[in-house]
Amino acid sequence: MAVFSGRHIDCIRGERQVLSAAAFSLESGGALMLRGINGAGKSTMLRLMAGLMRPVSGVITWDGVDISDDPQEHNARLAYVGHADAVKPALSVLENVTFWSKLAGAGGMDASDALAALGIGHLTDLPARYLSAGQRRRVNLTRALTSGAELWLLDEPTTALDAATAEALTSLIERHLKSGGMAVVSTHAELGLAETGTLTLGGTA
Amino acid sequence: MSAFSVLFRREMRLAMRQSADSFMVIGFFVIAVVLFPFGVGPEPNMLARIGPGVIWVAALLAAMLSMDRMFMGDYEDGSLELLVLSPVALELVVCVKVLTHWLTTGLPLILTAPLLFVMMNVPGEIWLVLLLTLVLGTPVLSLLGSVGAALTLGARRGGVLLSLLVLPLLIPVLIFAVGAGDAVLFGNGAKANLMLLGGMLLGALALTPWVTAHALREAVA
Repeated sequence: MAVFSGRHIDCIRGERQVLSAAAFSLESGGALMLRGINGAGKSTMLRLMAGLMRPVSGVITWDGVDISDDPQEHNARLAYVGHADAVKPALSVLENVTFWSKLAGAGGMDASDALAALGIGHLTDLPARYLSAGQRRRVNLTRALTSGAELWLLDEPTTALDAATAEALTSLIERHLKSGGMAVVSTHAELGLAETGTLTLGGTA
Repeated sequence: MSAFSVLFRREMRLAMRQSADSFMVIGFFVIAVVLFPFGVGPEPNMLARIGPGVIWVAALLAAMLSMDRMFMGDYEDGSLELLVLSPVALELVVCVKVLTHWLTTGLPLILTAPLLFVMMNVPGEIWLVLLLTLVLGTPVLSLLGSVGAALTLGARRGGVLLSLLVLPLLIPVLIFAVGAGDAVLFGNGAKANLMLLGGMLLGALALTPWVTAHALREAVA
């Protein structure tokens, strides 16, 4: 049973205090919803959790060990889905997905299965430049499925997704949690996940 | 499959599908050199005298052209964040990027150079030495360029800033590369110059991937 937690997290972006004394704790099988108005620091919190940024003060730990002690080990257990979809227009959909899954190492869902699970199984050979915003978003999300990562950090995952795909995503997250994974999701929409914690970030937007 | 080959295949695939970039670099290299006979006059001895220097300077500028693209695409579409967050060492990612940059820029420059040797009437006895200086020197351009490319990510007019940062650092490479040709003509042999260039290459190879990786982490933070 792994524990992912953070205490007294302060973060300053551009001379503005975005987070002050934020705290969270998450165990295997648990999910955490990040809520708050625009500019409340949801994305910042996810980037801190991923280790892309360091908090000004406070610590984020995995099983009691500071994640900045061994960033590479932390990277191996997380999948981050950010605002930018990181889809290369010059590569086909499948090439995009398999590159990241191979880089993450084995352990996750097969690339074509993951594409099918998100409803774009028929687009595998299409050059990614022809994808719509929602389809690019789905390609981005397959990275979490194929990575085999324990911790999913999803930043507004339902942006540009249609209702059916948002539902499919919810059930995929549920399946991930049942198999002992964790998920932190920032969202304005109601995902309908059972038994989740919520962290509401204040912020003085 | 090792992380190196996964990264390398992706970079090469992307480079091949955007091969126009490589051709533009070569085009610039050839045109920049061809302008000199028009500017200074077509007197053969004059061209032979300035040929090696002109070709090397043109190669430096041509390599600069494509330098800012090294990380820009990945930075803009979010791939860079994910590369930083991947379980693979970022230094390895940098090495692969530099290698593909060299294969798509430095190597074509080396292959085109003999054509320009003919145009600039470069004496036959220094062709081999000049090619060797390009073989040793162009990877240094890619390595030092990677530091500049990473540091200028996110800056407006990053390409110009990059040249201002990196070109001064490349002066020693230029001096010893062009000096190698002169050394052969004066009968001194180019061994010392080539060894110095080799030393610069090894030094850059050992140091720059770490610096670049650090700059990339800062760029996405």
